[in-house]
Amino acid sequence: MLEVEDIHAYYGEAHVVQGASLQVAAGEVVALLGRNGMGKTTLIRALMGMAPPQLRSGKVRWNGTSLVGLRPNEIAARRIALVPQGRRLFASLTVVEHLTLLKPASANTGWTMQRVFGLFPRLAERRGHRGNQLSGGERQMLAIGRALMLDPELILMDEPSEGLAPAMVQRVEDVVLELKATGLAILMVEQNLYSALTTADRIYVMEAGRMVAETTGAAANANPELLHRHLGVT
Amino acid sequence: MGMNSFQLLNGLTFAALLFIVASGFTLIFGLLRIVNLAHGALYLLGGYLGYSTAIATGSFALGVLAAMLGVALVGLLLDQTLLRFVRGHELRQVLLSLGVALVLNDLALVVWGGDSFTVPTPDLLQGAVPVLDTFYPKYRLFVLATGVVTFIALWLLLNRTRLGALIRAGVDDAEMVEASGVNIRRVFLATFVLGSALAGLGGVMGGAFLALYPSADAEILVFSLAVVVIGGRGSLEGAAIGAVLVGLLNTMGQVWFPELAYFVIFGPMAALLAFRPLGLLGRAV
Repeated sequence: MLEVEDIHAYYGEAHVVQGASLQVAAGEVVALLGRNGMGKTTLIRALMGMAPPQLRSGKVRWNGTSLVGLRPNEIAARRIALVPQGRRLFASLTVVEHLTLLKPASANTGWTMQRVFGLFPRLAERRGHRGNQLSGGERQMLAIGRALMLDPELILMDEPSEGLAPAMVQRVEDVVLELKATGLAILMVEQNLYSALTTADRIYVMEAGRMVAETTGAAANANPELLHRHLGVT
Repeated sequence: MGMNSFQLLNGLTFAALLFIVASGFTLIFGLLRIVNLAHGALYLLGGYLGYSTAIATGSFALGVLAAMLGVALVGLLLDQTLLRFVRGHELRQVLLSLGVALVLNDLALVVWGGDSFTVPTPDLLQGAVPVLDTFYPKYRLFVLATGVVTFIALWLLLNRTRLGALIRAGVDDAEMVEASGVNIRRVFLATFVLGSALAGLGGVMGGAFLALYPSADAEILVFSLAVVVIGGRGSLEGAAIGAVLVGLLNTMGQVWFPELAYFVIFGPMAALLAFRPLGLLGRAV
């Protein structure tokens, strides 16, 4: 279980995250909505231990222990994986190399390369291609596959549907639900309200660096007006 | 006005030496994002260590080994002691490496003095053999072969091993390597030690035909910088192409326009950068 309590994160002097709090329970899909520039990506970077931003105060607890001050690889070792905004694949690594950075191809516990290929057969066809030779949808599959190879309990996904064709957005939604069915928790930043409504158990709305609304996915589905007001969707 | 085979071979053997030195330089530059201005000093230190060991033991091979291990150890200490205090601050790292270069040079002056030395080569590599339409020194052909073997070995390391994949990934996006669960600092350290060992190897190889003297480090550093800038930061293939270009241009310049020898290298380099600011094989990150 991830518990974030009143965190403040800065880019230089810019106070971007201003006292945000949220929780993600084991096996739960939580969506973080909000317009551009509201601090969502900054929050994700801070949770992953990436600098900048600078995390100046607040608590981040993961299964009871603090994550504050840990480096990204130490946080990853605690089974929190990141699917970053823009995918950030390694341009000079092949699909197979992306999936074997941590574990050899012969590993047979937890997530394996074969299991990722089972989830995304397209990646198996592209196994020898480099990160910069893949289509947008393939890149997103590989970014998710790379994260899964950490055997995560929680995945932080920053705008997984950004820039994807509608069919691929739907595929990502399906994958999110499949992963949830295996017991994985997912904290997902979304601009796409409808994607969030399809997959999320709970939804937070972030505005100007803090949470301004929290609702369950079911309540939001029953009454989308709740969220429209904050998101400016008409 | 053509280049004869002797001059062509001179250019290629110098290119091989430049590749050995610049390959380590480009790996460190590409991954750690620092222009290690101490790389030339590490080259010279490797040359001196190789010289002293070869004189003391009578073995060129032991000289090579001592140079590589000794300079790798210096690289290890440098990374773990001084550089760790300025990690992430590019300008401070560069200035620190310049300071280290000055200190190493002065220490070398204290230990080895200002005389010029040449590393003794084994009997097997003395003399000349017929190549093309000329006779060419065996030792310089050995340097050429060492350059080629170094390229192949590094290519295999980078493209066929997990450490190599981590180094390439780190050149692309070091932060994302960390977020994928890898301790990038260990990869940095391995790269720094490897790059230093290559500088040491270059020092002992070059010290046997270019001689070692107190300002030899600055000369090789300038050439290496040209190689890396032309080839593109962090690119092994780029360093190989850059080394051949600089090696041949340098020889051509010395033969045809001795008074403009440096311009013959840096003029084309400036022109290249105007069109490809990241070098021939460099990529934006």
